[in-house]
Amino acid sequence: MEQANAIVARLEERFPALVGGANIANERRIFWSVPLTSLMDILRYCNDELSFTQLCTITGLDNGEMFEFLYHISRDDGIVLTLKVKTPRDGGVVPSVVPIYNGAIFYELELEGLLGVEVEGLPDDRQYPLPDNWPKGQYPLRKDWKPNAETPPLPNP
Amino acid sequence: MAKMMIPLGPQHPALEEPESFSLLLDGERIAAATVALGYNHRGMEKACESRTYIQDIYLLERICGICSHSHSSSYVQAVEAIAGIEIPKRAAYLRTLIGELERVHSHLLWLGIAGHEIGFQTLFMFVWRDRELVMDLLERLTGNRVNYGMNTIGGVRRDIDSTQTEEVLKALDILEARTSYYIKVCTEEQSIIGRLAGVGKLPREDALRLGAVGPVLRASGVRRDMRKDDPYDAYSELDFNVITDDHADVLGRTVVRVFEIMESYKICRQVVRNMPDGPIAVKVPAKIPTGEAFSRYEAPRGEDIHYVRSNGTDRPERVKVRAPTLANLASITNMIEGGYLADVPIVIAAIDPCFSCTDRMIRVQDSRSGREDRYDWAGLRQYSIDWYKKRGVDLSQTKAAWKD
Repeated sequence: MEQANAIVARLEERFPALVGGANIANERRIFWSVPLTSLMDILRYCNDELSFTQLCTITGLDNGEMFEFLYHISRDDGIVLTLKVKTPRDGGVVPSVVPIYNGAIFYELELEGLLGVEVEGLPDDRQYPLPDNWPKGQYPLRKDWKPNAETPPLPNP
Repeated sequence: MAKMMIPLGPQHPALEEPESFSLLLDGERIAAATVALGYNHRGMEKACESRTYIQDIYLLERICGICSHSHSSSYVQAVEAIAGIEIPKRAAYLRTLIGELERVHSHLLWLGIAGHEIGFQTLFMFVWRDRELVMDLLERLTGNRVNYGMNTIGGVRRDIDSTQTEEVLKALDILEARTSYYIKVCTEEQSIIGRLAGVGKLPREDALRLGAVGPVLRASGVRRDMRKDDPYDAYSELDFNVITDDHADVLGRTVVRVFEIMESYKICRQVVRNMPDGPIAVKVPAKIPTGEAFSRYEAPRGEDIHYVRSNGTDRPERVKVRAPTLANLASITNMIEGGYLADVPIVIAAIDPCFSCTDRMIRVQDSRSGREDRYDWAGLRQYSIDWYKKRGVDLSQTKAAWKD
């Protein structure tokens, strides 16, 4: 727990607005809701100063009212910090973290493809993971999207 | 000569699964490459939300036919963390045993594929024959060759007895002897070294920058393994080494994998020797309290990640999966660019992308008479001896490398 507490203390010192928001689930797992506007600054600080050099993945989810985006970053000692941000379900925009974590492209393409959020600055416009001829405006991971058995199979692109 | 763009995939004889590469060729060198994915997307994360926690184990186990135990373990670990359950020690040891046998079968499978991709068919045949030993062992322990159905929330579903323990130890001896030979082949055989050294380079900095995982990362000289860094199951109580290599190429990835197999045997022996007595599972209510958990598991291909959020019902609110291959695909274009077109298949194979293998017996149907024949190992060997005899080659005195 010592390491996790130390990480929380350093982040609270650098970003006073975050004080009290951390949830230390166990010695190697920290969850933290942070404002979207300071996400990039926090990620940069964690990467440069706190050795969180690995982005494990980004989870996008629809909680029915808002979209949540969870950035799971980790260090060599096994500690994983999950930073959570929220956007409105309509017209939500999150910044691309590719400048900090270069391997994030597929994770961000997945957010665009399955949830329909805009990732600002993502240097790529490939369709992933749905087929190229998937109908526009259909985002399967949204809670109000239901698979429809009536829909005819997609023709080959 | 003008540069030329050629497609590789999504359906291509050199690829074991559908993925699509666009390669810009400058002569026979790759000037630039892009990859398109998603041809195997089955909507499993969405499907998880409409199934119970127990049903999801079986669904998620089928993400991959090779690291099936990895996916189900990573998922149940997350659910157990939310529910605040500690599994019995014997269950942790049994999960470890199956996990390591799975790593052995996966790495042997890979070594065979690598042999096939570089035209070393003898290596492919030998390795896949020996791999049958571990497949049979997994079937004896779990009832299945792949998709073992071993995990449940709160522990495991099957115990093993002393006869099975003996079988494990017996098979490990044979496998260890065979693997020592493959280590010799992979580190001393000049044609392997000549073919693989310097191919598909991924320098340490690039591997870290692009978030590579598993043997690919360790072959670039980075000591990262979830079994040590973020220990689960019984790993914190076991003695084993994390294998790394500094070649940072396909040869390095080969060396890391073959030595990792030896470490797996070491782990299996310790698990069998120190297996604690006691129950193999605890009872868990169908409804999981509200919460969230992030779980990691060192699959044969690297870090397998599951994130689960619960909402107090018997179905999860969200299940997110990140399989290791997705992490490694970010660096594949780096490995291909600047190399030769002829190297592309082995470079792609060297990250060990997943594909299914469920066929288990050889059944031959005579197209004229319609008669069906099944061969066991001895029968198959006799068939090949007879086949060669008719063509003037007598192999009947050749000693079999091992017997059933």
